[in-house]
Parts: sequence; C-alpha cells; structure tokens
Amino acid sequence: MSVPSIETRHLTKRFGSFTALSSLDLKMSGAKCVGFLGPNGAGKTTTLKLLSDMIFPTEGECFINGLSVREGRKRALADVGVLIESPEIYASLTPNQALEMVADLRGVPVSERRDRIATVLEEVKMRDWADKKVGRFSKGMKQRINIAAALVHDPSVVILDEPATGLDPRGMAEVRDIVRGLKKRNRLIFMSSHILQEVTDVCDEVALIDKGKLLFYDTLQNVTSKFADGHPTIDVGLSHPLADEALLGQVAALPGVTSCVLLEPRRLRLKFSGGPDAQEKLLESLVALHLGVNSLSEPQSVLEDIYLRQIAKGD
Amino acid sequence: MAESPVSSESADPVSPRLQVPGTVDQIIKLTRYQLREYLSSRRFVALVGIVVVIAAIITFIVADLQSNAAVKALLASPDAFYGSFWGGGAGFVVVLSAVFFGGDAIAGEFQNKTGYFLMGLPIRRSAIYIGKYIAAFLASASMLLLYLVLLLLNGVHYFGASAFPWQFLPSLALALVYLMAVLGTTFLFSSLFKTSAYGFVLTAILFLIGFGLLQTLITSVVKIEPWMIISYANGAIGDVFAPTINWGLSGTVTVTKVPLGRGGGFDTVTSYTPGVAEGVVIMLAYFILTAIAGLYLFEREEFT
Ligand SMILES: Nc1ncnc2c1ncn2[C@@H]1O[C@H](COP(=O)(O)OP(=O)(O)OP(=O)(O)O)[C@@H](O)[C@H]1O
Ligand SMILES: [Mg+2]
Repeated sequence: MSVPSIETRHLTKRFGSFTALSSLDLKMSGAKCVGFLGPNGAGKTTTLKLLSDMIFPTEGECFINGLSVREGRKRALADVGVLIESPEIYASLTPNQALEMVADLRGVPVSERRDRIATVLEEVKMRDWADKKVGRFSKGMKQRINIAAALVHDPSVVILDEPATGLDPRGMAEVRDIVRGLKKRNRLIFMSSHILQEVTDVCDEVALIDKGKLLFYDTLQNVTSKFADGHPTIDVGLSHPLADEALLGQVAALPGVTSCVLLEPRRLRLKFSGGPDAQEKLLESLVALHLGVNSLSEPQSVLEDIYLRQIAKGD
Repeated sequence: MAESPVSSESADPVSPRLQVPGTVDQIIKLTRYQLREYLSSRRFVALVGIVVVIAAIITFIVADLQSNAAVKALLASPDAFYGSFWGGGAGFVVVLSAVFFGGDAIAGEFQNKTGYFLMGLPIRRSAIYIGKYIAAFLASASMLLLYLVLLLLNGVHYFGASAFPWQFLPSLALALVYLMAVLGTTFLFSSLFKTSAYGFVLTAILFLIGFGLLQTLITSVVKIEPWMIISYANGAIGDVFAPTINWGLSGTVTVTKVPLGRGGGFDTVTSYTPGVAEGVVIMLAYFILTAIAGLYLFEREEFT
C-alpha cells in the first residue's frame, strides 16, 4: 500500500501540565475530504499546527506524504497547502504580490505563476481586488486570500483550519465548491469545521475529537449508520433550565420515548418509536408535564445529533 | 490506529513539477520581499526624516558657530571634521536603524500573526531569520549611506570635493561591522520576546545608554578596563580619523588625572581605546554569538 498522505503516530501535545492533544493516531490517504470536528478547545488547531510544524509534539510524530514533519519541514511541507488561524498578510502587499511571493518561495515555475494566481483568485472570487492593498481588506476578504494562498501551488494535500471563518453565506458556499473541485482533482483535504452542514455536504469522512482525545474516525456513512439509531428525533426547547432530575425521568418514561438527553440546560433531545400518531400523543403528554416547553423542532442534521450526543457522553 | 476506513484510489503523488527552491535561493527571495516591505514602510520614511534632521542640525551648528573655538577646531582639517561628525553620528544612525528595522523583525511576526503566513511554507526557519536579517541590514546600511552623503555635502562646502579622507573606507567598513553586531543583538531580543515593544526598547536602551553605563560601572567599581564592551569597540569608527591609528589587536589605556578640587590630590580616570583589529574582532564576536543564539531560539520557537 502506498504511504498515507497524512499520518500521526501517538501525537501528543502538552502545554505545561495541560494535555491539549493525547496520543492521536490517524492515517488518511486518497482523494477525499476529511472533516475534523470537536468543541472549542478540543485540540483541532493544535493537531493542524503540529502537522505544519508551527508547534512541536511533546511525544509522537507526524508525517505528510511519508515525510516526517519535524525532521524535514521543508520537504514535508513542499506539497501541502496550509491555512491555520487566519494569518495576516503584510498589509502593504496586494493579493497578486502576496500570492506571487508564496508561489515564488514554493517554486511554482515562472511560466505557470500568472495562470495559477489568476485561477485561485477566481476560485475565491477576489479577482477584482487583485491589485488592491490587503491592509484595507475586511476579515472575510483576507480569509479568501488566505485560502487562495494555500492553493496557489496546487498541492496534493490541503490542511484547512475553519476555512469558512469570517465568510459570508455565499463565501461559505464557495468554500464548499472549492473543496469539491479539489476532490475531483484527487486531492486530500483535512479540514476542521464547526459548520456541520458544511461537513455533511462535502466531507467523506469525519474525525471527532474532544478534550484532546479522538472519539472516532470513520466515513460519514458509517458514522451515520453506527451512531444514528433510526428513531425519529425531536428537539424540545424550554423556557427555563431543566434542573430537576426527576422531571427528566418522567420525560424518559413517557410512552414511546426511547431516549432522552439534555443537550443544554434548556434543550432536550427526544427519540421515540412509532408513527405520527405516537408523535402527537407524545407531544401532548410532554406539554402536560409543564416543563416550560416553548419550541419543538427537528434536529438540524443527523451529524449534529451524533456530535452532540458523543460530546455529551464525555462530560 | 484510526485508519482511513475505506481504501480509495490514492491521491496524486508529490507533484513532480513542484521543485522547492534551494535554501540559499529562498533566503535571497525572502530578503528581496522583506526589503521591499521595509522600503515601502512608514518607518523607512520616518528614519530618512530623522537622519536628514540630524544632518541639518550639524549643518546649522557648524555654519552658525564658526567663530566658536570648538567648532573652529573641527573645521581645522577634514580629518577632525569627519572624525567627529561621522565617528560620533554613524554609531547613532546604526543603533537607530537597527532598532527601527530589527526591533520587531521576529516578535512582530508573532504579534501581527503574519508569521503564520510564512510558517506553513516549505522553508527552513533559519532561512526566514537570515532573510529578514539581511533585509534589515541592507535597509539600515542605506540609512548609513544617506548620513554619509549628507555629511559629505557639508564637508565639500568647507574643504572642497577633493578632500575626501581615505579613512572613510575603513571607517564605513567598521560602521557596517558594528551594524552587524547591533542588528544581531536586536534580532536576538526580538526572538526572545514575543512582544515587539521589548525588542525596540531593550536594544535602544542597551546601545544608547546601557553599555556606556556598564562601562563606567565596571571601570569605577571593579577597576578593570572592560575591553570587551561593544561601546569601546565601536569607537574605532571614529578613531581611524585620528592622527595616529592603532591598527592592532591590543588597545591602549589612557589614564587621565583629574584634580579633586579644594582638598588637592588627583583621581585617575582611565579609558580604553581598542586597536582597530581588536574592535573588529569584538564586534564580530557580538554578531556571531547573538546570531547563533537568535537562530537557536527561532528554530525552537512555537507559533502557538
Ligand atoms: N500556547 C498554549 N498554551 C497553553 N494552552 C494552549 C496553548 N495553545 C492551545 N492551548 C490549549 O489547548 C487546547 C486545544 O486548543 P485548540 O486551539 O487546539 O482547540 P480547537 O479544537 O482548535 O478549538 P476551537 O474550535 O476553539 O478552535 C485548548 O484548551 C487551549 O487552551
Ligand atoms: Mg481552533
């Protein structure tokens, strides 16, 4: 088998006594997008920074295209595009100049540079701004240039840390298009994101991390079939926090309810069996409990459901 | 091991057309980009302004006080004139430019988050450090040249264009060696602290006051001549304009007797004039030690 595009072995990062990342083992290869999920502070950025040699592992090692990042950053990072922590570009540069610098330092042949720069600027819809100084750009515009800079050399591996940060809704959609385009051209994309809809849309696989520990890494399909249970799900919004354990028990005991999880103090997730009739009865008896129910809705996505339940398990 | 759950066709192998430039090549490129950044910065303009003001003050003082005994002595010969104004001013211009261009060269990359833009590139960390250093050196050297030109314009007025002392060549070379040392120190401070302000302030204080103070302290308290202090070494920049030049590796201690006022008696004040070669060795030692320490730190610096 060929070498994995991205590999981490027992990758561990401690800041003082705090373990931000704990013995992460990952191996990914192929043309696909891997979504990297986890709550704030889970260790996503830490992982991606370790992969790009911005910080150094306390233990373990990581490899890109089989090359150790720590032992030879220059070789290992040659064929990777990295966007981490929304960097700032020298304010006096224009997008054309900034991308020219990146292309030049990365060794994109002079004959291809203009084309590549024009192409990536088109992809991030910034061609009209190509010769304006970056210093005056808005946050989202800068982020678009950062995305362009990560792609200008057409790398085989792309590492993106919350690429949609600061982008408007259309910009987010454009990021998805870019990722789809990269997949078509046989690239591997490893992307952290908080936007589960985005992950569901473009990712083929997901890795979920919490408190520095990997909870699972699998295809979106497997994750869905393994963790989703096929029961209809409903989210119950409450006007005041549900503090009483006994009340929670009463909800769980309602006829038809198969599971009942308090996602947030004022949000309850119910799974139940049965058809529309059962649902009607359930909602009536739920309201009769006087919990302060003020909204009922379907969860936004299956992935969100799985995500929230997995994270809640660790608390 | 969390392994890619499905085996799929492998991603394209390392693209063969991507030939990352060699490290020396990258350093040259980085230097060019960084230099462009410096030359287009507001800081550069401000520094040009400061140097012009310094030169203007000199011009004014000399022109206005020609009858003053001290000024008369300076105007007695080109050597005295240049030795005093170049010898005294060049070191100041060096420190000022080093602080302006080098003070936040490394710390600024952390503080402004511009470092993240460079750090993801396939470049050795040391190449980034060296490229930035060379750029700061060239930008500072251009300030030194500006000062030199402005001073020469004054000199030509009083002594004519033909009176260009040959000492300028070794003196300029010494000033550039001094610049290497000061900039090396500035870069070291800049990578020691992740806050730009510390680099600025520490270098300025150290070179404008600190070393002089240290020199006085050591001389008066420990009663030894601290020959290794760089504020002695840089004296060579002006010393080469003196009537007799000590080119050697060992300096001379001058003992001056100072009358102690009413009670009578004398106190002795010693000062040290290094040989030119000695000055060069000391300044190079500062450069080499700070460069090694700075590179070492930057190689291990984490962009958290
Ligand atoms: N330099 C540092 N010193 C101490 N702790 C740090 C440092 N950098 C990160 N951490 C800690 O490591 C943990 C993981 O941080 P990380 O930035 O990887 O989270 P994340 O998953 O990217 O979160 P987010 O979704 O908010 O971006 C956090 O608890 C953070 O406080
Ligand atoms: Mg993060």
